[in-house]
Amino acid sequence: MEKLSSDNQQFIKRTFPIVGMHCASCARLIERKLIRTPGVLNATVNYGSENASVESDTEVSDEQLAKSVEEAGYKAIIGQGAKDKEQRTPEEIKEEEKKKELQNLKVKVIISSIISVLIFLGSFPEWFTFVPKILTNPYVLLALTTPVQFWAGRSFYLATWSGLRNRTASMDTLIAVGTSAAYGYSFFSALFGGHMYFDTAAVIITLILLGRYLEAKAKAHTSDAIKKLLGLQAKTARVVRGNKEIDIPIEEVEVGDLIRVRPGEKIPVDGSIVEGISSIDESMVTGESIPVDKKPGDVVIGATINKSGSFVFKATKVGADTMLSRIVKMVAEAQSSRAPIQRLVDIISSYFVPAVLMIAVATFVVWYDFGPTTASGLMALTNTIAVLIIACPCAMGLATPTAIMVGVGRGAEKGILVKDAESLEIANKVKVAIFDKTGTLTKGVPVLASYTGKTGTSKEEVLRIAASLEKGSEHALGEAILEKAKEKGFVLKKVQGFKAIPGYGIEGNIDGKRYILGNRALMKKDGVDYKLTEKEIEKLESEGKTVVLLAKKRILIGLIAIADTLKEGAREVIKSLNEAGVETWMITGDNERTAKAIARQSGIKNVLAEVLPDQKAQKVKEFKGKQDRVVAFLGDGINDAPALAVSDVGIAMGTGTDVAIESAGITLLNRDIRSILTAFNLSRVTLSVIKQNLVWAFGYNVILIPVAMGILYPFFGWLLNPALAAFAMAASSISVVGNSLRLKRIRI
Amino acid sequence: MDIDKILVTITGAGLIAFIWWFFFGKKEVEVVAGESIDVVVDGGYKPASIRIKKGKTTTLKIKRRDPNSCLEEIILPDFKIKKFLPLNREIEISLTPQKTGEYGFHCGMNMYHGKIIVG
Repeated sequence: MEKLSSDNQQFIKRTFPIVGMHCASCARLIERKLIRTPGVLNATVNYGSENASVESDTEVSDEQLAKSVEEAGYKAIIGQGAKDKEQRTPEEIKEEEKKKELQNLKVKVIISSIISVLIFLGSFPEWFTFVPKILTNPYVLLALTTPVQFWAGRSFYLATWSGLRNRTASMDTLIAVGTSAAYGYSFFSALFGGHMYFDTAAVIITLILLGRYLEAKAKAHTSDAIKKLLGLQAKTARVVRGNKEIDIPIEEVEVGDLIRVRPGEKIPVDGSIVEGISSIDESMVTGESIPVDKKPGDVVIGATINKSGSFVFKATKVGADTMLSRIVKMVAEAQSSRAPIQRLVDIISSYFVPAVLMIAVATFVVWYDFGPTTASGLMALTNTIAVLIIACPCAMGLATPTAIMVGVGRGAEKGILVKDAESLEIANKVKVAIFDKTGTLTKGVPVLASYTGKTGTSKEEVLRIAASLEKGSEHALGEAILEKAKEKGFVLKKVQGFKAIPGYGIEGNIDGKRYILGNRALMKKDGVDYKLTEKEIEKLESEGKTVVLLAKKRILIGLIAIADTLKEGAREVIKSLNEAGVETWMITGDNERTAKAIARQSGIKNVLAEVLPDQKAQKVKEFKGKQDRVVAFLGDGINDAPALAVSDVGIAMGTGTDVAIESAGITLLNRDIRSILTAFNLSRVTLSVIKQNLVWAFGYNVILIPVAMGILYPFFGWLLNPALAAFAMAASSISVVGNSLRLKRIRI
Repeated sequence: MDIDKILVTITGAGLIAFIWWFFFGKKEVEVVAGESIDVVVDGGYKPASIRIKKGKTTTLKIKRRDPNSCLEEIILPDFKIKKFLPLNREIEISLTPQKTGEYGFHCGMNMYHGKIIVG
């Protein structure tokens, strides 16, 4: 339903299905009826899509519209209780259709299996002497085969026909032509005498249907990841309205709603806590198993589970904007994208089926002309059928997409969000990994590393005074000092005459004494002598720390070192990459000294310091230009977005900004830098499964089509039985899907 | 060579030529789309060659009339779109291409093909 407004008057547009129309004039009739309904501005009914589209003012209810349609003699699927099939989402229809199709296939497989066994027994009385005579009668065999050929095999004919009308061919064409040849020849043999191939036709159809059944069952599991993600969604939300709390469907939650979440419940949508504290299990979205503590002001993600406390949060993102919806969308998009390796397959598959048809004709001619004189016609026929049946374009078509689907899904479960197939395919070929420093390699939050007292002042006193002074400032470095003081449980002192001096530091009076806190420049300006501690300051700075000096009445009384610390696991990641021969680089806007210090700590070999944000992308391009190496860029901030986009594989941290995530090919939702290795591994195993699939699918066709043609006959006297060909064909596509599903269990 | 063999050879050669012509010799009719275009899925895509404008949003209104399960999904890999097409129900896909070029689309099994030409 869409709300429109015009001339200050609200009206709505509704589209709903109509059942029971059997001609275009019915549509006109309903249209007229709808337009005459009070409050309706305009109505159109489409006979083709069986939908009505009605614009009306908001007063008109669904029931009124339904009644009008009913009066015209039809049924509108609208309003409550309208659970007709047209009301379901395409996904639901798909589920149901799949179920129906599977059920249908199952019945066909069972019945045609039983008949095929009978036909098989009757076709070889010399082997199965116990078989009643009647089964060997040609007319009985014909009668048994006919339903298998045209009832069980009907779908092959339908598909062939619809393809031929468009001058295209599919594997159904091959099966229909192959089995029809066997059936048609046998039909005349049954009437006029000669060899019969009823068993071939029936067994081929049965086996291929069985293959389709198994393949459909297996394929359903390739999209499990999405189903699992959608299943995480909460169904209702408890919204606070005035003094009351009411449960409403999650679809009706609006931005700004206050929502109560009790312990053990799922958080319905994204938002931020306004009241209460809790610990929240975010593993379903981030893959991180340790619950996260949250307090007022903290962000909560929909579909995560509230473990302990009860809290109220304000909805900030609902519907398609929530983190979960966006993840589902990205996973679905990635699963539909094309891996570069697929391009060749696409080209081949567009020529494959017609080529096989031509090969089949050629096979017939060659065998007819040059085959053994006694039975050249028969051998020509069986070999032609074998060629048609063994060719399996399906396996080629399924090789890459199924592996990508399972691989992307597996990544999502591990908190690695892959945005396109291409990133997944090439991530394991990365030769240069460029890390952004702040927020990617480091935590991005400065923490107080050390503090010392000078000229007789205790270090505790230094921290207490510094924290008291910083209380009014909003500087990131100040946060680090305050955080430490809070941790120590210090009671802060009252500050008078507070003043921030941008670029230098701050000043203020405590207990009547004037203090200044800031950098060297501030000390110099104020005439504080710090030369004696210069060495100590330089040493701290060489470790990548930022040093803040505290002076009382022009005398230096303390030093505070603040540093951004490495992320857990960063060193491990760099070490693994270095060992794997990947060139590691760090890129940062920070000064060289700090950059080098972090590089040393993390083990990163190369540093690019003092790079302006807008130059990052340029640097990545330069790397790409050199020797055509695959370059990965790892970052988290808005300023990293261009670099993430131009790199071959952009990897964004899950803690990063939306812009960064949008620009990246891979996002590490679990915020764990170690997942980079997992992502590379996932890429490696997925690619190897794709390669196995392709080798298998191509190899299968390249080797077995010539065998079916009878190429081995002159040397060994080997020919391929068409029924065996059907078995191989069915097995080949199932094995491709099965191999892709293996990705679900592989250790990464 | 016997007369039957000659006949079979000639017929076979003719049949191969026919198959070639039938499948590869067809002319693609390119249809220029406006803001939206109806695409019917029935033994393939009609039209199979759709021209749309760069930078503009074009809606493909796709309706599957063919019960063949091969065609139940449409995939536009370059646009990262995969949609299930319920039988006889219109599904809309909106595209806003930013680059010119030819972008293929195909069914779930990659047997039926069509293309979108962005110009």
